[in-house]
Order: sequence, then C-alpha cells, then structure tokens
Amino acid sequence: MTPSVTTQPSPNRRRSNWQLLMANRLAAAGLFIFGFILLVAILAPVLPMPDPNMTDQPNRLLPPLSQGHLLGTDHLGRDILSRLVWGTQISLIVGISATALAALFGSLIGLVAGYARGVTDSVLMRFVDMLMAFPYILLAIAIVAALGPGLLNALYAIALVNIPFFARNIRGVTVSIRNREFVDAARLSGKSHASILFTEVLPNVLPVIVITMSTTVGWMILETAGLSFLGLGAQPPTADLGSMLGQARAQLFTAPHASIIPGIMIFALVMSINLLGDGIRDVLDPRLRSGALDRPLSVTHIARQTTPAATLADAPVLVVDHLFTGFANGGAVTPAVRDVSFRLGKGECLGIIGESGSGKSVTALSLMGLVASPPGVITSGAVYIGGQDVLSLREHELIALRGARVAYVFQDPLTTLHPLFPVATQIAEAVMAHNQVSKRAAHQRALELMETVGIRDAADRASAYPHELSGGQRQRIGIAMALANDPDVIIADEPTTALDVTVQARILELLQDLRRERGLALLLITHDFGVVAQVCDRVAVMKNGEIVEQGETASILRAPQHDYTKRLIACVPELGEGHAFLDRVRPLFEETRL
Amino acid sequence: MTAYIGKRLLAAIPVILGLSIIVFLVMKLIPGDPAQALLGSYATPENVARINRALGLDRSWPEQYVIWVDNLLQGDFGRSYILNRPVLDEVIERFGATLILAGASLVICSIVGILAGIASAVRQFGWTDRIVTFFVLVGISMPAFFLGLVFILFFAVQWRLLPASGMYAVYGGGDLADLLRHLILPAGTLAIVATGVVARLTRAAMLEVLRQDFIRTARAKGLSENAVIYRHAFRAALVSVIPVLGIQAGFVLGGAVYIETVFQWPGLGQMLVKAVSTRDLLLVQGGVLVAATVYVLVNLLADVAQAMLDPRLKA
Repeated sequence: MTPSVTTQPSPNRRRSNWQLLMANRLAAAGLFIFGFILLVAILAPVLPMPDPNMTDQPNRLLPPLSQGHLLGTDHLGRDILSRLVWGTQISLIVGISATALAALFGSLIGLVAGYARGVTDSVLMRFVDMLMAFPYILLAIAIVAALGPGLLNALYAIALVNIPFFARNIRGVTVSIRNREFVDAARLSGKSHASILFTEVLPNVLPVIVITMSTTVGWMILETAGLSFLGLGAQPPTADLGSMLGQARAQLFTAPHASIIPGIMIFALVMSINLLGDGIRDVLDPRLRSGALDRPLSVTHIARQTTPAATLADAPVLVVDHLFTGFANGGAVTPAVRDVSFRLGKGECLGIIGESGSGKSVTALSLMGLVASPPGVITSGAVYIGGQDVLSLREHELIALRGARVAYVFQDPLTTLHPLFPVATQIAEAVMAHNQVSKRAAHQRALELMETVGIRDAADRASAYPHELSGGQRQRIGIAMALANDPDVIIADEPTTALDVTVQARILELLQDLRRERGLALLLITHDFGVVAQVCDRVAVMKNGEIVEQGETASILRAPQHDYTKRLIACVPELGEGHAFLDRVRPLFEETRL
Repeated sequence: MTAYIGKRLLAAIPVILGLSIIVFLVMKLIPGDPAQALLGSYATPENVARINRALGLDRSWPEQYVIWVDNLLQGDFGRSYILNRPVLDEVIERFGATLILAGASLVICSIVGILAGIASAVRQFGWTDRIVTFFVLVGISMPAFFLGLVFILFFAVQWRLLPASGMYAVYGGGDLADLLRHLILPAGTLAIVATGVVARLTRAAMLEVLRQDFIRTARAKGLSENAVIYRHAFRAALVSVIPVLGIQAGFVLGGAVYIETVFQWPGLGQMLVKAVSTRDLLLVQGGVLVAATVYVLVNLLADVAQAMLDPRLKA
C-alpha cells in the first residue's frame, strides 16, 4: 500500500462519539427536546398540577391561556396540561416497554437462529417471515380484537408485530460472527452453547440491538398512540396521548386545541427520538464519516494553485506535465500521484507499471477527470490532449472529449459494464454520445464494432447482458465501446488482470492489432512486466505515486537503474525455472527488509 | 418469464397458508368460551354443548383448522352476526374502497418519494437535500391520524376547498370527479409516511449506485451527467427501490385503518375498527386474511417487476 504521506499537519484529532453526536446540531436538538420531555414526564407526580381526571363540567372546553388552565380544558373540563404530562408518561412507558419486549424476544430468536443454523434457523425464520407477511398494523388489530381492547393488550400486539425487525437484524450479525476465531476458541475450550451465546456472541451483537431499538422506539410510540386513538388501547379514564386525541376528535370543530395539543406532543416526542436515533446511527456507522457514501461529481475536483499554459505547441497527442492528484481527508490532502510527467505519440504504446497502490490507476483516471471526487482532487499539473490542457476546460467540454478523443478500457468488465443493459445498447450509447445518428444506425455501428473486436455471431450476442458473456467476450465489448468514436488515445487500465492467461494473450493481441491499424496511442496500465515486454514501446515505473524510472522498454529490461524496477523485472518467472527463480529473487528483496 | 412467475406463485402458497395458520391461532387467543360469549344469558350447559358441536369447537385444533380452511376455499368466511350478512360479501364491498385509497397513496408515495430521493441524492448536502431530508424526518415522525385532523381543519373547515369525509357526496355525487375530490385528503395523508420512507431509501440507493464502477464507465464514454444519473444510475437504483415499494403497500394497507377512521372512508379499515369494538371476530378474521393475501400478491408483483428490470434475478 501507499504510505500515507500527508502534506499538511492533519487536524485528525479523534473526537469521542459524544463530541461527534453533539457536533450534529439536529441530533443535539433531538437529545435536548427528548431529555426535557422525559424529565417532565418523570416529574409528573411532583409538579404542581390539578388531578388529570378531575372533571369540571361548567369549565369545559376552555381555550388555552385560561385562568388556571394554561392549555385549556377538554370536553369534561379536565385540565389539558395535566392530562398531557400524564399522558406523555403513559405513552413513553408503553412505547419503551413495547420496544424492550420486541427487542428481547426478537433478539433471542435472532441469536438462536443465527447461532444454531440448520433446521432451527429455518423454522424460526419462516415464522418471522410469516409475521412480516401481514400488512403491518393489521396483525396488531387482529390480536387486540382477540384479546380485547386495552393498553396492555395493545402493548403486546405492537411488540409482537415488531419482533421480526429485531430477529432479522440480529440473526444477520450473529451469522457473521458465529464462525469468527474467538467463538471457535470458546467452543474448543469446552464452553456450552448457551454460555458461548451469552458471553461471547451477545456482547458483540449488543450495539446492533441498541441501534435497532433507537430507530424503532419512535415508531412504536406512534403505533401504540395510534391504537389508543382508535379506541383499542388505553381505556377511560386512563389517557395516553393517542386516546386524548381520539376523544377530543368529536369536538374538533368547536375546540380544535384539545386535538391539536396532544397531536403536536406526539409529533415532538417522536421527532426528537428520530433525530437522536439518526444521530446515533451516523456516529456509529463508520462509512458515513469516511465520506464513502458521498456522491461523486461528474469531473474530479480541480484545485490547482498555478495556472499552466492552456496550450502546448508541437505536442504529441498526449502530454502529462507535473501532475499531482490526491485524496482530501478532512482539511488535508493525502497525495496519491506526485509530479508525474510523460508523453505519448500517435501509434505509440507506453506502459505504466507498478504494484497496487502505486498510483498508476489514479494517474490514468486523472487524465479525463474520472477520479471519484470527493475525495479525489487534482492539485497541480496539466494534461494536454492534442496540445490543449483538458484540466482548464469547462466541465461540458471535458465531458465531450471523453470517449471521443480519449477512451478507457477498464479492468473487470463484469463490474464496469452496466449489468442491466444489453451489451450492444451500451456500445450504441457510446456512439450516440458523440454523433447525431439514429438509434438504428448506432445499433448497426455497434454490431460492426463487435465484429471488429472479434466477437463472432455479433448479431446474436447483441442482446446479451454482460453476465451472460464470458470474461474474454466482456472485455472485447469493453474494447468495442472504447473504439466507438475512433479515439486518438486508449487508456487501458489493467485490461487483462481479471482474465485467465490464454484469454489475456488474445486481448493483448487485439489491442496491438488495433494500435497498428488505426495508429492509436495506447497507454497501458499493468503490474506485469511480461505484458509490458510483449506490448509496450516505452515504460514508466511507478512507486508510491512517483515515476521512478522511464525509458525504452528494451533498455530498461536490459539495464534497469532503480532497485524497484529490478525487483519487478525479476518477478516475471520463466517456464521451467523452478527453484532457481526463488534463489534469483530472494537477494533482491532481502536488502529492503526492515 | 412465465416460468419465473409460476415459480413465484408456487412459493406464495405456503406463505398464504402460514398467514391462515397465524390468523387461526390468534383467534384461539380469545379468553373465555366463545359459545358462552355467543349465547350470553342463554348459556345453559346444553346450549353451550350444542353450539360447540354446531361450530365444530368440540374437535381438536388441527381438525378445526382444516374444516375452517375448507370453508374458506368454498368462499364461506362465516357470517357476521352484528351485520347479519356473510363476512365475505361485506369484506369484498369494503375492500374495494380501501384499494382505491391505498392504491392512490401508493402511486403518490412512489412518484413523489422517488423524485425527492433522486433530487436529494444528486444534490447531496445541498439545499434540496437538506429540505428533502427535513421533510422526510417530519413525515416519518408525524402521526398520520393527527395530520389528517389538521388537514380537515384547514382544507375542509377553514378554506372549504375539499370535503372532510366520505367517499362520495351525499347528494348529487358519485362520478369520478367527485371521487377524486374526496380522495385527495385521505390519500395524501396516508402517503406521507410511505413517501418519506421511499425518498430516504431512493436517496441511499442512488448514492450507493453512483459509486459503482459501471457509472465511471458511463462517464468515461462521454455521457452527459443527466444520462449518467437518470439512465444509468436510476435504472440500477430502481432495482433496489421496487421491493421497498412492495413493503410500502403493506404500510398503506395497514395505515388505511387510521385514515379511514379519520375521514369516514367506507373501507376495510373502518370496518375492522368497528368490528373490534363490537367483537365481531369472524369479520376481523376475514378482513385481515383478505388484506394479508392481497399484500402477499402485491409483493409477488414487486418481485416480478424487479426480475423484469434485472435479468440477473430470473436465473
């Protein structure tokens, strides 16, 4: 791997989870509101409020801000504020209890199913699937119908219908850790299954249980309130927030405040919990912090301090001049490509060779601004295509050059071709991106291209999807797509690495033929000196983001100057060499060992 | 494709059987003696025994289940004693209204949710994204039954724009325009939560897809950003959004219970709530079973749609 050389002192002081959570303003607001509601609900018995169930007929349906009744009174003259606080307490208790019950039984099912696998797993998970096959709330209603309306029965019903969420999540995690080394070790040490499950597996599953609880508790409060609203939960005179709303509904037009106040309370409670839950999930999910889920822009971010000449006279088709590309990491940029320069003429082939992480692919992708950004950023240098610096072009001008003047062939065509479009459509699309032609003409051209790259019965294969073709055929499609607009330069990024050896040779041959016939400039990225020797006129050796040696292939093979080059060359074994290969290679590596 | 559909249909049969077993077992949860409850003050021991024999309650549970399923297959869901008509007739009549409501909500949440999700992903961290994310959060935290009341207060009472309840006007209604006018508020309210969920998952799916290698290939071909996003990325993201839409079908079918109560929509949900409070258990049983079966079929449809979009799934 590339050692991470950082250009600026990194502000990467690790912050605690708590600090991260508080830095998220929405989550902090959620925590504050939820904390306040929780506090008031807990303090309900000691707060100076009237009895929530004390009726006062003469003073019914008083509006908010009335004397002695801050939020007014309901249809029986009861104090709404007092009922609200007590109702919140009940809603919280019921919602949290339902979550705890669902978490307990769901986690237990998930743990046992995931740990035992086999028949136990199948039976338990089929049962869970059946529960999930019901439209969510209808099963709860059926249960309440059977048990009879009531707060406790509503709680059981909501808990039961939420068991599947926990069972599925927990089972997934359990399956992934049941074969880990520490579980094996515990098993070998003679621990019982139950003891392994609770002392080894459970602690590792606990965070998932907590996350699932924090993301479902708001939902469960909402659902229990819903059942009470329908009159199936809390029964008078007990009132949770849902039944307050349900009872006040009859006076919606004459006293809307009696409905709106508990409604807003449910909303505020659930919203604060959801804000907090999202915040907790974001803090605990490392993918969100690393920016791995950021949307890549259409062109790599270009932030050059200097402005190189926009054009270059008498230049060959491709000139790369002191190129620097890095990856933004917090405030700093970790460089991946440093001061890379090379030239490539018509009909020429330049190989860029290096191990993985040496920066050769990032170099290749930088040329047309294809490095995913964020986090990619081109910090310096220029790329001249036909004497014109493409990095100073406008976005749509650069996009217009892609595929037209400079085309790419990527490594693994199974992941680099679109899985859901037939291959001929994908080639035709490349044609239409740069030519005003009809769909039919583009399709015809695609078939011709497929024949050019040696796909027999092209007309039959045209409607095939990438997964229906062999690896070699897929790579031929990739090459056909690159040829679609007669580009000047083809950049082939490890085009044969995913293929087996015989197919590899044929694909290289195809690239060679095309280069000769069409006068293409070929930039070949590889880690294999055998491939370089076979195809390239010149070669540049990359290590840690820099070109350490560059020259004619023959002379570099004959007299490599850099130690790293010597090692790369030595790594190409010869047929029948046997142990001599290891003897030859060993001393080259011994001196570098730390 | 036909073979695939056939295979999925076969796989749905055990699921529907499982549903019927769960519904059957739930009905066995009923505390007390059903015959006693049915007879009330006429519950002499002879009468109880007679009813038990007549209803087959003196047999073992598996026997009772088989008889019950056999009756269901012949279209006999029992009789509602409260409404004094066959359960199936009532359920089918009510279910039509629920399908209109739930179907409209599903259409709304699919279109609005997907569009909002894409807009949000494309302008990640921009203002569009922040606004969508905020509304999604409000949407999934909002009790639909409360929002419905607020809508009635404003749209029906305050501004007198739309009717507050029912499916048709009492006088002179009954045509499509009338139905649509009555449909807007309940369907919109019912769609709120589902729209939030769909938008959230579409956003996540789009962001996931935009990181894939084949998107880089599409860019390397020189496709415009619009083609990259709306043709290549969206097509791939849709494959993972379709099953989410299937699940939302379940949420709107269930959520219809609240919305139908708030808006007096003459559907299955309203019927179920009434049936629970009058303890009309056969009606509850029939309604839940029919709704659950339809939900299974909708999910099957989602599976088929997904396979049509993604040729890799047909294998």
